[in-house]
Amino acid sequence: MKVGVIVFPGSNCDEDAVAAFRDQFGCETVKLWHKDNDLQACDLIFLPGGFSYGDYLRSGAIARFSPIMQNVIDFAAKGGLVWGVCNGFQILCESQLLPGALLHNDHQKFNCKNVFIKANTTESLITSNLTVNTALQIPIAHGEGRYYCDEANLLKLKSNNQILFTYCDANGNETDGSNPNGSLQNIAGICNEKRNVFGMMPHPERAVDTELYNTDGRGLFQSLLASFELV
Amino acid sequence: MSQMQPVGNLATLEQATQLGLRPEEFEKIKEILGRTPTFTEMSIYSVMWSEHCSYKNSIVWLKTLPKEGEKMLAKAGEENAGLIDIGDGLACCFKIESHNHPSAIEPYQGAATGVGGINRDIFSMGARPIAQMNSLRFGNIENERTKWLVKGVVKGIGNYGNAFGIPTVGGEVYFDDCYQINPLVNAMSVGIAKVGKTVSAIAEGVGNPVYIYGSATGKDGIHGAAFASKDITEDSAKDLPSVQVGDPFWEKLILEATMELLETTDAVVGMQDMGAAGITCSTSEMSAKSGTGMKVWLDKVPMRQAGMKDWEVLLSESQERMLVVVHKGKEAEVEKIFKKWDLTYAVIGEVTDTGRVQYFMDGELRADIPGESLVLGGGAPVYHREYKEPRYFEEINKFDLNQIADIDLAAAPAVAKALMAHPNIASKRWVYNQYDSMVGTVNQTTNAPSDAAVVKVKGSNRSIAMTVDCNSRFVYADPFKGAMIAVAEAARNLVCSGAEPAGVTNCLNFGNPYNPEVYYQFVYAIKGMGEACKKFDTPVTGGNVSFYNQSSDDNAVFPTPTIGMVGLLPKGSKHMTLNFKQAGDVIVMLGQTQNDLGCSHYLAHYLKVAQSPAPWFDLDQEYNMQQAVLKLIGAGLIQSAHDVSEGGLLTCLLESAFVDNFGFDIQQTAGSRLDAFLFGEAQGRVVVSINPAKLADVESLLNRLNLSFEKLGTVSANGIKVNGVDFGSTANYSQIYNNSLASQLN
Repeated sequence: MKVGVIVFPGSNCDEDAVAAFRDQFGCETVKLWHKDNDLQACDLIFLPGGFSYGDYLRSGAIARFSPIMQNVIDFAAKGGLVWGVCNGFQILCESQLLPGALLHNDHQKFNCKNVFIKANTTESLITSNLTVNTALQIPIAHGEGRYYCDEANLLKLKSNNQILFTYCDANGNETDGSNPNGSLQNIAGICNEKRNVFGMMPHPERAVDTELYNTDGRGLFQSLLASFELV
Repeated sequence: MSQMQPVGNLATLEQATQLGLRPEEFEKIKEILGRTPTFTEMSIYSVMWSEHCSYKNSIVWLKTLPKEGEKMLAKAGEENAGLIDIGDGLACCFKIESHNHPSAIEPYQGAATGVGGINRDIFSMGARPIAQMNSLRFGNIENERTKWLVKGVVKGIGNYGNAFGIPTVGGEVYFDDCYQINPLVNAMSVGIAKVGKTVSAIAEGVGNPVYIYGSATGKDGIHGAAFASKDITEDSAKDLPSVQVGDPFWEKLILEATMELLETTDAVVGMQDMGAAGITCSTSEMSAKSGTGMKVWLDKVPMRQAGMKDWEVLLSESQERMLVVVHKGKEAEVEKIFKKWDLTYAVIGEVTDTGRVQYFMDGELRADIPGESLVLGGGAPVYHREYKEPRYFEEINKFDLNQIADIDLAAAPAVAKALMAHPNIASKRWVYNQYDSMVGTVNQTTNAPSDAAVVKVKGSNRSIAMTVDCNSRFVYADPFKGAMIAVAEAARNLVCSGAEPAGVTNCLNFGNPYNPEVYYQFVYAIKGMGEACKKFDTPVTGGNVSFYNQSSDDNAVFPTPTIGMVGLLPKGSKHMTLNFKQAGDVIVMLGQTQNDLGCSHYLAHYLKVAQSPAPWFDLDQEYNMQQAVLKLIGAGLIQSAHDVSEGGLLTCLLESAFVDNFGFDIQQTAGSRLDAFLFGEAQGRVVVSINPAKLADVESLLNRLNLSFEKLGTVSANGIKVNGVDFGSTANYSQIYNNSLASQLN
């Protein structure tokens, strides 16, 4: 699988994503510059975390107008794989590749810590190898991560099984106390209806290296690579 | 003198003193120039000769600190930051700096720009920052203004550091009444460079163009350097424009452009960031360092607003700006990179051989000064200040432990709970959760906590450990011993993490140096620091001095010489953690229980005894004890290591127990006072836990090293027991420890 990690001005998890895909999972990985209209024949486009355009106006609101985003939108429309984490998720929502929006955390503070999330379904490329309802310890680091969408979209997310991850406690229970930002129904990550665009606030790429003593994120990458080979 | 007379009004003595120059300094300027300076020239001298830029009141003593060491790649003061060899062709570049005065007035921007400034110091040397730390001190947490300051400072550090994208991996937060008006905000950054690929702040090659790049220049922060060298007064709020405004987005773009400039071209001759005193400082320091001169056309500087005066452009401390001298003919390569990152840039000058910095505007010469006369080590004044023993020492010397009644076991749990709730001891989670501590995927202490932060150096098989430490109450009680303890504690934190201490950067926060009692604190703190740094073989690679940390009508803050220390974990060495691992493990304390309560939190904050001597400390014992810890870790004989510091032994044990919810069962050391045993803060002690099967090996190693140690008891599944008395469950204490700060600040 060839992976392209987009670098917007202000992206700061791009190197971490490259390190995860290339060093941990052996994928051919290239960085894609936001001003270029070229996806370099990548199989997966990854939108990393960070503060694209300084988060001016609203997280992700300006990045969606970057030249390369038109290519990403076209690529996704043709069924191409797109995965956004943190600021990448925010950009995908702003670009309307994913429904809903990421609001300021309910406590109004930036929050970086390990949290627990669980896969709600194995019916997606990034959850295919995970065990449903089993807690994974994955870090978050965001100020605007409170997932919100209207009633109609929530119904669609549910009926189409698009909610991939929810915040939970260590035992896999979706409690209020385990929701770190006030997200609607503890939603931590979703996919689009066609199941080729994925967005999530937690950072699985920060939980893949044994030298950092937490590898709970590896399952997402392994799922992706295993299911991609099958396709 | 053959020079042209610059255009502009001549300065008066009155103006000079208003800008912080002393009458004799104004005379010296006239002597150097051979004429009366213009207002613009006098403004330049006022900032360059401020304490902040010239170190005029501190340099005599700073020079006594040890600077030599095998691993040192640059001597203190020679470069923007310290540089040590970490092997594999890599160098670690690190520095700590204060942003106290701006933060006192505008906590959010003051702290944010402190973070921005220290990171520029690192990457302007060609090192990519990989981790940040900070040391924060505030007044009473119950005070509303303190809460406002804490929230503002933490948000400022967080928003800047998080967007800049370098993890904040550790630090310290203290609360004490002495910081009520004047909080301390010290920020540290650590970066990695390739040996031989670093860049210096030099301006060589006559005719080479001088670029400014980054943000445009505005009127913010003018006279910030001079402001930082004055006492804080009620009127300081009127100085608000002296505080700069930061933008981490620009800083991130400048970082990437700078690294690309250095990694993909050979165009760069030298560079320096623009911090205190802006264009003035960077142009004069760079040319003075190379013995060259510089012509600068101020109207070419990209400006944020129209109608800026020459001295405003010169002194502006607008953030996120860099000055770079490039080889003539390489302009296109350099500009291509600036354009790629959408940076504002301009050629504003060129290198000359005149030895003078000459500033032009509207086609007129506005200032013409020998560069060397402005800078530290050149013509900047150097003062020997007088000092005398502080009178409050008499009060401290009156302290008699025998006047303090020992506590009994029944009373101890309540004391322990009060200490767990004390903001100096309680978990700082409320603070550090607002910092991105994991970006960069190098932080190894997130999931494996240790006394120092440990980060891996990508592309090598090694890690570096880092810590910031200073118990300023100790320094107040005994500046010499207190500063030694600050160094010793920093080294101890590194050692407990499995790292060998390698080098120091210091941030020297003191009161007004013209007060002989304050200056005594400074002199003796430097002496103590020097002694300890020699013992631990940790040369001082650089740092920063911040005087005038006091209000005009109150006393100075506690003397606070914050130590930033970096250590190395070589290939294959063990990262040691602080948490207990298994019930049944034996708890051993290296070092000895002392009947000492000096400056302990129990004494100062629970019993409210304000004046007491610094605690027991012995430099040789400390060093030997730390060497023993390293040997135990190296031999794989211990499960955990945690030093005894704030709060004493019981706090230390609880912190080791909290992580995985263990308990412990210990016996008081024979012959000790219970209060001193549980809550005393005598130095030279580390608590380790040991698998019982390895106890004999540990004992024989410690006996061989002739090191005192005490077997305290064992790790248990849960609950605290002292002398067989049940102190309650671990959770009783951890809940207080974890929630105290949030409950006081939310």
